[in-house]
This record gives sequence, C-alpha cells and structure tokens, in this order.
Amino acid sequence: MARLVKLQNEIERIKEKYFTRNRFAEENRQRENEAAIKIQSWFRGWQVRAYLSHLHWKATIIQKIWRGFRARARFRQTVKAVYFIMKMNFYHKMSVRIQRRWRGYYVRKYVHNYYARRRYMEGLIRKNEEIRRDLVDFSEFQRREREQIAMDREEQKKTVQAQRMHFLLSTKQCPGVFNSPFKPEPDEMELRLRRTKPQPPTASPRERDSRLGNRIPSTHSSASIARAHGAQPLPPIPIKKPQGPFREAAEVWAQRHRSLEPSLRVQTSITDLEEAQDQLRLEEWRNRTVDTLFQPFSKAHQNRRYERMIHTSSSFQPVPYGNKHFREERPDNLLGKKPLQRASSRLCNTHLRTAYTLPRTHQHIMEMPMWPAWSASHSTKT
Amino acid sequence: MSQRQVLQVFEQYQKARTQFVQTVAELATRPQNIETLQNAGVMSLLRPLLLDIVPTIQQTSALALGRLANYNDDLAEAVVKGDILPQLVYSLAEQNRFYKKAAAFVLRAVAKHSPTLAQAVVDCGGLDALVISLEEFDPGVKEAAAWALGYIARHNGHLSQAVVDAGAVPLLVLCIQEPEVALKRIAASALSDIAKHSPELAQTVVDAGAIAHLSQMILNPDAKLKRQVFSALSQISKHSVDLAEMVVEAEIFPSILVCLRDPDEYVRKNVTTLMREITKHTPELSQLVVNTGGVAAVIDYLGECQGGVRLPGIMMLGYVAAHSENLAMAVIVSKGVPQLAICLSEESEDHIKAATVWAFGQIGRHTPEHARAVAAAHVLPKLLALYMDPDSSEDLQIKAKKALKSILQKCTHLPALEPLLYEAPSNILKHVVYQFSKVLPHDSKARRLFVTSGGLKKVQEIKADVGSALQEYINSINNCYPEEIVRYYSPGYSETLLERIDKYQPV
Repeated sequence: MARLVKLQNEIERIKEKYFTRNRFAEENRQRENEAAIKIQSWFRGWQVRAYLSHLHWKATIIQKIWRGFRARARFRQTVKAVYFIMKMNFYHKMSVRIQRRWRGYYVRKYVHNYYARRRYMEGLIRKNEEIRRDLVDFSEFQRREREQIAMDREEQKKTVQAQRMHFLLSTKQCPGVFNSPFKPEPDEMELRLRRTKPQPPTASPRERDSRLGNRIPSTHSSASIARAHGAQPLPPIPIKKPQGPFREAAEVWAQRHRSLEPSLRVQTSITDLEEAQDQLRLEEWRNRTVDTLFQPFSKAHQNRRYERMIHTSSSFQPVPYGNKHFREERPDNLLGKKPLQRASSRLCNTHLRTAYTLPRTHQHIMEMPMWPAWSASHSTKT
Repeated sequence: MSQRQVLQVFEQYQKARTQFVQTVAELATRPQNIETLQNAGVMSLLRPLLLDIVPTIQQTSALALGRLANYNDDLAEAVVKGDILPQLVYSLAEQNRFYKKAAAFVLRAVAKHSPTLAQAVVDCGGLDALVISLEEFDPGVKEAAAWALGYIARHNGHLSQAVVDAGAVPLLVLCIQEPEVALKRIAASALSDIAKHSPELAQTVVDAGAIAHLSQMILNPDAKLKRQVFSALSQISKHSVDLAEMVVEAEIFPSILVCLRDPDEYVRKNVTTLMREITKHTPELSQLVVNTGGVAAVIDYLGECQGGVRLPGIMMLGYVAAHSENLAMAVIVSKGVPQLAICLSEESEDHIKAATVWAFGQIGRHTPEHARAVAAAHVLPKLLALYMDPDSSEDLQIKAKKALKSILQKCTHLPALEPLLYEAPSNILKHVVYQFSKVLPHDSKARRLFVTSGGLKKVQEIKADVGSALQEYINSINNCYPEEIVRYYSPGYSETLLERIDKYQPV
C-alpha cells in the first residue's frame, strides 16, 4: 500500500517528469536527431570509404599485375626489335664490306681494268708501228712501181724514136750526129741506134686508121637519115595533155615534197626500247677496255669437289677393300694354314695403299670411333 | 646559070658557115678572145646555126656555144635568154652522139655558174633529156650527161632532189661500173654532188647500191678517180651514224690507210676527210678507226703535208679524242701531241690554228694524265699567246680560251703551269692559281720548287679583289708556307725592312 501511496504521490512528479522529459526530448530531438544523423552519416561514409579503399587496393593490385604483364610483353617486343635492328645493322655493315670488296674487284677487273688498258695501249702502239711500217713499205713499193713504169715508158719512147731516126746512124765514112769525134765515147742514142732495127716511116695516121678498118667520122656520114637537100627537120610530136580535173603541177609538187610531221607516238620507233638497250650496251662496250664479261661460276668445272668412290667409302668408316687390299681374303677358309705369299702383293700393296687412299681431308672423318657392334660384325666378315 | 653553078653557091655558103663555126669554136678555147667575140655579137650569130641542116655545123656551133657559156656567167645568161636551151634539150633526144655530147656540154656550161641558171636548165626539161642520154651506149655521151647532172646537182638541195626525181641515181651507179675511167670519175663526182646536201639524198644514193661499187674502186691506180670516190664516200657518211656505219661495213678499213701514202695530194686530203666524217659520229666508229691503226697513219700524214690540206686530219684527231678518255689516250700514245704542236707552230692560217687549238682542248680535258701529256709538249704558252694576240681572229681567241681553260682545270704538272703565272690575264690566272692551290698543300718538293723558281713571289704580286675566288686561292697557297717566307716574298718587303733600319736605335 505504501508503495501505492508513494506511487500516487509520485504520479504528479512522474507526470511532470514525463512532461519535462518529453519536453526535453522534444527540445533535444532535433539536436539529437541531427547528431544521430551525423554519426550515422560519418559511419556510413567510413564504411563506404573503407569499401572503396578496399576496392581501390584490389583494383590497384589488378592493374599493377596487368601493367606489369603488358610492360614485360612490350619490353620483350622492344628487346626483340632492338635485337633485330642490331642484327640488321651488323648485317648491313658486313654486307657493305662484302659489296665493297666485290665492287672493287669487279670494277678493277671488268670495268676499269688498269692492266687491260695498259695492254690495250701497248698493243695499240705495236699496231701503229706495224701499220707505219706497212705503209712505208707499200709506198716504197708503189714508188718503185711507178718509177719502173716511167722508165719502161721512157725506154719505149726512146726505142720508137731510135727506130724512126735510124738514118742518123753513123757510118764508116761519116760519123753520125750522136757520134761526135770530139767526144771519147759515142752518145747513148748512137748505141741505141746501133741496137734497134730500122722502121720506115709509115703513112699518115688518118690513112693508117682507115687501112686498119676504122671508119673515120666524116662530115657527111652523119646525115644517116635520108633527107632531101633542102629539107627542114620535122617538128616535135606533141604529147597529149591528160584531160580532166587534175591539180596544178606546183600543188602536186608541193604535196609530194611536203615533209612528214609525225606525232610523238608515231615518231617513236617500234624498236625504241631495243635501241635504247643497244645504246646502253654500246656505251658499256665503249667505256670498258675489258671485253671479258663477268660470268659467275665459270670456273665451276675446275673447282670440282672431290667425289668419293662409292665402293671404297661409306659414311661410317673407311672400307679397307680398295684401300688396303683388292682381293677378298677369307682367313677362316684357310683352316690355320698360312696364306699364299704372292710376289706381286708385297710390291703392289704398298703402292696401292698410297695411290688409292682417300685424300687427307676425309681422313679425320674416317677415323671416327666405330660402333662396337658394327666393328665386330665387320671384322667377322673380313 | 647551070645547075652546077647554082649548087656551087650553096656549097660556098656551106663552106663559109663551116669555117666560121669552126674558127669561132677554136677562138673560144682561149679566154682572151671571148670578150671580143662577145662584143662582136657571136651569140646571135651562132643561134641560127644551131638549126642548120648540116649536122657538123650544128655540132660545132653547139660546141662553140658551150665553150662561150663555160667562160662567163653573162654569156651563160645570154644563152638562156636566147631560148637556145629548149632546142638543145629537144635535140638531145634526137640527134647523133656528137651532137648529144656538144648539147650536154652546153647544158653543163650553163648550169655550172649559179643556181638560177641551173634551175633554168631544169625548167626547160633538161633533166629528162640528160637522164635519157645516160642510157646511151656511147661512153662520151654518158660522161657529158653525167657531168651536166653533177653540175646541176651541185648548187643546192632542191636541184639535187630534182635530179634524183628524174631517176638519175641508178643510172649513175651503172655508169660507175663501166670500164672507162673518165666516165667513172664523172659519175663518182656526180654522186658526190648529189649526196652532199641532205641525209635523204645520201640515203637515196646508198639505196641505189653505190657504196659497194665506190668501195671497190678505192685501190684503183687512177688518182683523179680516187679523189672523187673518197669525196663521194665522205659526203655520204657525213650526214648520220647509219650512213657512216654502212660506209664502214663496206670494209674500207684498213685498205683506206694505204691511200694515205698516195702521191696525189687531194687523194690524201679526201681520205682524211672521209676518216673525219666517219669518226665524228660515235665513239664506236672512232674506236674502230683507232683499232685499225688509222690514227697513226693520219699523224704521219700530218707530218708530211703542208698547208690547208692538214685541216681534215687535225679535225679527225680532235673528234677521236673528244669521244672518250681512252681514245684521247690512244691519240697521245700514237704520238699525236708533238705532231699537233708542230702543226700549230708551222701553220699561219687562223682557221687551221683554231682547229689545232680545239683538238688540243679535246685531248687534254679528260684527266690529269692527258693534261700533263699536252702540257709536256710546251703547248700551254702557245695557247696563251694565241689567246692574247690581238691579230688572231675572234673564233681563234674563243677556242684558245676554251681549250686553255679545259686543260688547266685538269693540269697538275706544276713546271708547265709556272710560265703561265707570269703572262696570263686574270680570268686564266684564276685557274692557274687554283691548280697550284690544289697541288701545293700536299707536295713538299713542289712547294720548295715553287719558292725557288720565283712562283711565290709572282703570286704575292697578283692583285686580287678581296673576297673573290682568286684571293681565296692565293690565301690557300700562302697558308702552305710559314709566315716569314710569305712576308719575305711579298712586294715592298725590302722597303719595310729599310724602314726598320730608320726606326732602329743602335745600342
């Protein structure tokens, strides 16, 4: 009961408290609400931020790994590219060296061959000497020929003269014109007169000719056309002019002699390309004193690789047949007896061994270690 | 009067006419009578005698007319104006061979003086008549007709074309094959006159097969024939490479070289002309000529002959050397340079000197070796003298300057360049000093020689505009020497030394 009475006394206080509490709560509700909101928002924000930073962290990890992967791939690519470029530079440098040597060799041998040019000049000098000598000889020969002909003609003339003036020969009584008594020797004409037979003077040239049968063109013989004594020569026969609408002669002449004006395409000959190639070839021919062309592998037949005889070699080991012996020997069939000593074998084998051994280059291949199984089977065979 | 007396009158008249015509023909052979004859009016008297009944009078009057027209172009014009040509042309077709010869002679005499007269001959139909006479049997008629055609074709291309269009060329080629030497000569000369004007005409001559027959006559003993043959071949080959190659393919080398020793001067000249026309086209043809020893033969020829006939030989050497440096070296090796130097000093005519100078330029312009060979023959001072001489013609001066420049640009032989330092004008001096400035930095012996021979002194004395190329070269030469030597040789050094004496205070 007492509690009830206390409680009833408290009711007013409780109501007051209730009201004041509610009033305080009401008054502070706003503030507290805001505070709560603030706390919540901070917390939520913190949560989200924590989540975001977690996400960032993870994303960073992923990106890091990815970028690393990509960068390494790219690096590998760049390394490959740089390596490739380095190799190519090296190849370029080396090929420049090769080309340098090759071009120097080629030019010195086939284009500007100093020795060929020198040989050409020497040959030219020799040829010039030859030609000069030949020309001198020939002109000498011709001069002698001409002199000979002139002398012969002189002789002939003098002989004819002597024949015709034979009457000037000196007689015993009276010395001739050419045999003057005051001179020690008679003149050469006198000697010629003595040598030649006399020829009496012949008739005049006209009669001579007609006697020989040549008809002399006389003034009247050309009137071959029988004409009356006072007749005029006939007038010319007129040529018929062609009738029709023909052009003037001057026009035809001008048209006929009009120069050709071809277009560029027509002007270019069909063999223009070949001509250009010919021209280039001629240029090369002219500029080179060396006529030999460079022919790759032209000495291939001289540098033949040694070909092994198939019966005396195999890829595995040297075959003694053909090198060390030529006869097949089967010691098993001898059954313990000694093999027959042939007189030739002692002599021949030594020679044969040296003549038919393979060249040294292949020896080291021959002397490779042999498979035991193979050697065993092989030795049983021999 | 009896019949005999009547006939005697006619006989007398005929005798008088014959005598007149024969005397006039004889008088017309001497040039001093022709003036008198012309003044006496011989043309108008001879003209009716051409139509005389008696053939001898016709022939002799034609002969007299021909001789008169031959002498002088006024008389030839008078022949044309007197309308004599149509009658002659008509009778060329009709009459006998003596008249044909005389008529062809008249046509030739008229046509030879000038193109207008030759055109007049062509206009009255002379060409067809002459071509018909070329088909005659008598060699004298053919000769006269061929001669007339040759003289007509000589003047210009139109007339030659007219002669070709009349169909003369195949007949002329047939004439060349005849046995008579005189006919061959005239036919060859006519072909040469036709072919000389243009490549088409030369091609026409070649198409008729002339080259083979001409080349067969190269070794004929008759000198005048050889002259004409070589002249014809050179006129054919001068136009183009193809024609020259066709001439060469007729295998004229090396038999042509033999004719370079012919006693006749004009044969030799025509041979060298032919060789020049062949070598001027391409290096291959020059190479062919060089390989057969043609250069040596021409050089010997230059040594033996004198005067204007040397010109084709000199030009041939120039053309050969111009094509390439191998060929120029071949000319040098065949001892061409001393011979050309002799030609340069012996000849007095400017055009021959100009050709020699040009040939030197072509030989020496290729490489230092060539320039050295040219300079070693002491040619450079001569070239300079020709360039500086006021008496030399302009052409010679221009050629000398070009040759000098082209040789100097390659010359590294300093002893030959030194004389040029003293006399050259500034435009040549520039090149000389340039060559020195190129060589001196690398050769110590040459530097020493340069100083001792007085070249450095001369170089210091050269006045050049500051900043010009010449000054640069002089500076580069001065840089080859130590300061003191350059100062020692600079002009006015003795004065500066003496001034130092004035300023010096003895201790």
